[in-house]
Amino acid sequence: MMENKKLFGVTGLFDSPDAIIHAAEKISSDGYKQYDINTPYPMHGMSNAMKLKPSKLGYFALALGLSGTAIAFLFMAWVTNFDYKIVIGGKPYISFPAFVPIIFEVTVLLASVGTVVTMLLLFFRLPNNSHPLHDTNYMKSVSVDKFGVIIEASDKNFDLGKVKSLLTELGAMDISEIYYADEYTSKYKVYTPKFLGFLAVTAVFICAITYYTLNILLYQQPFSWMMNQAKGKVQSASVMFNDNKAMRNPVEGTVAQDYIPYPFKDKPEEAMASLSNPLLPDKATLELGKQRFLTYCSPCHGNFAEGDSRMNGQFPVPPSLHTDKVRNWPDGRIYHIITEGQNLMPSYSSQILRNDRWAIILYIRALQRALNAKEEDLK
Amino acid sequence: MSNTENQIIYEKKPFPTKVASIGGILTALGLLLGVIAYFVEPLRASYNLIIAFMFLSSIGFGSLFIIALEYLAGAVWSTPFRRIAEIFALVLFAAFILAIPGFFNLQRIFHWSNPEVLAKDAIIKAKSPYLNTNFFIIRTVVIFLIGMLFYKLLTGNSSKQDKSGDQALTKKNLRISAIFMPVFAISITMLAIDWMMSLEPHWFSTIFGVYYFAGSFLAALAVLTFAVIKLNENGYLVKGITKDHYYSLGALMFGFTNFWAYIAFSQFLLIWYANLPEETFWFITRSEGSWKFVSLGIILVRFIIPYILLITQPSKMDAKRLKLAALWILGSHFYDLYWLIMPTYSKSGCLIGWMEFAFPILAIGIVILVFGLAARKKNLVAVGDPKLKRGIDFRL
Repeated sequence: MMENKKLFGVTGLFDSPDAIIHAAEKISSDGYKQYDINTPYPMHGMSNAMKLKPSKLGYFALALGLSGTAIAFLFMAWVTNFDYKIVIGGKPYISFPAFVPIIFEVTVLLASVGTVVTMLLLFFRLPNNSHPLHDTNYMKSVSVDKFGVIIEASDKNFDLGKVKSLLTELGAMDISEIYYADEYTSKYKVYTPKFLGFLAVTAVFICAITYYTLNILLYQQPFSWMMNQAKGKVQSASVMFNDNKAMRNPVEGTVAQDYIPYPFKDKPEEAMASLSNPLLPDKATLELGKQRFLTYCSPCHGNFAEGDSRMNGQFPVPPSLHTDKVRNWPDGRIYHIITEGQNLMPSYSSQILRNDRWAIILYIRALQRALNAKEEDLK
Repeated sequence: MSNTENQIIYEKKPFPTKVASIGGILTALGLLLGVIAYFVEPLRASYNLIIAFMFLSSIGFGSLFIIALEYLAGAVWSTPFRRIAEIFALVLFAAFILAIPGFFNLQRIFHWSNPEVLAKDAIIKAKSPYLNTNFFIIRTVVIFLIGMLFYKLLTGNSSKQDKSGDQALTKKNLRISAIFMPVFAISITMLAIDWMMSLEPHWFSTIFGVYYFAGSFLAALAVLTFAVIKLNENGYLVKGITKDHYYSLGALMFGFTNFWAYIAFSQFLLIWYANLPEETFWFITRSEGSWKFVSLGIILVRFIIPYILLITQPSKMDAKRLKLAALWILGSHFYDLYWLIMPTYSKSGCLIGWMEFAFPILAIGIVILVFGLAARKKNLVAVGDPKLKRGIDFRL
């Protein structure tokens, strides 16, 4: 009927699964390679009857899966051991058992998604969106209740007369020739400006909808997830005050709780003269002093106040606290230094409580005495 | 399909007595060595006895599970050889006999049953409403009685069907299977907790029952696969069992090898990550001294080698490969049970002597003996089953 068109193949329809399996066996044993079977549901034993070779897709899945394994492992090893070392849960940097679930997931993800994409691109030739069998009566029949076979014209053994008589011999009904439809495919090409423009508009539209849904629609009152609360936030404008600031300054003369002003700023001699240690060197105090000393003082002065910490050499050497000068200082002088700082040492008044400072001093005294024990101490 | 004749060709071939006698000899040998072992080193022999007991329970309960699963899933592919699984479920009775010497040695084997320990140990005391001698024995007896009851019900109906061909019996078995499933889940979990987890009464792992189930199902599948292939090759089964049936068995073994690995790793990962002393000591025992190599070996033996043996499509259809994989999985189940049980006996390092082989010989002997005896009396195919024809026609 359409003599000027290129022939795609010859189709035939069968009524029963037994007949189609028999047909597949006969066609494959006659040496045809370029043919296909279409059935309304998957049929057990069909791949044997068609003498299909095992699919190559498995090798793609294997390669993709193994690359997932490698990517996941190398990435985690690099992150945890080279890029940003951080101890997690007391485990080693490269702790393989913790990696396993993630390696497994990435392997499965890459293998499955990659296999589907490979299948679409390589086996289904994706950008190609048409097939001569589309919209034929043949395709409609095999989608409902018939079992069809198509022998393609590209087969080496293809001969129109022979194929038709073979199908007749097998008992096929409705034997028909299928042609490539030239104008049909040219009308709906993928890479036309119109279609690409349509894709772009759709993409922008979907992005806009998504943005609106996820960022605005979801947070409408009263489902604001507590993001909007009726209070003035720091650094935001306020309509309540004349200066429009939400953040207010404290009333003049306000003092923080538990805050006592230090009267001896820049007056070490006075501090020395008027301050004395209110604490007694009992065990609890010394323990407290030790703990605070190790937290705040030891990083520079060393664990035993000998000025031998690992900061040594990086800064001007932090002084030892075992010198005669420090040993002979009264407690008030050391207290003044902790509170006000001295030379490179900053003030610790905001970090160490008053009583803790005195406890630290008692602990320093204990250290000094330990390093310079007199004979009577041994008794 | 291509199989046009509607006749099922099965005539019961006389089953050779040779199988039963091989089983008998192995059982007798194992029994003799076991009794000697009991007089030489009673405690070590008792631990080995638990390995053999748990192995036989795996085969028995696992086979019952396979039968019930077939009914529940409405599977047809396994119908032509369901009778083989029914015969292996008989091992349940033998397993129960092996539990009896355990009852008389409870105080020796199970730390928690010792009254002196109970008085001193607060943790064991807190667990004593569950872990006490009487309740322990009751539980095991009840679990096995229930197993035997369901064996009787399921296989009884199946045998009746051989003669009558009554389809209503399949429906009946479907209902029984539905009741059996939850019962099975609870009983196999309890069995694993009682006989293996309570060897270390301070330790607990909520996934332990599933772990034992994974191994049990694999072992039952492996013994079924091996028997089916061997019998089919020698023509004892119905005609028409093909590579498609083999493939399905192989695929299940492959799948559950992965399932086992998944469960085993889940158990390890959580305990390793949480790093709580009351849980980790169980793995620490197994990672010190020569146990370290046994523990690493289990990954290779139980997971990697069966995985490689069964991964490709042709290997699941190849009778020779499948038989090798099935035997390997059975061996690895012994390995697994040894790894679960023996470190409690010998904390210092792994222990392999003639005793560790005597009890597996006993267990394997019992399986062969039970099969050899039952196969002579019973039909090897459920000839009256309405699904049989479809099962034979099964193609992938």
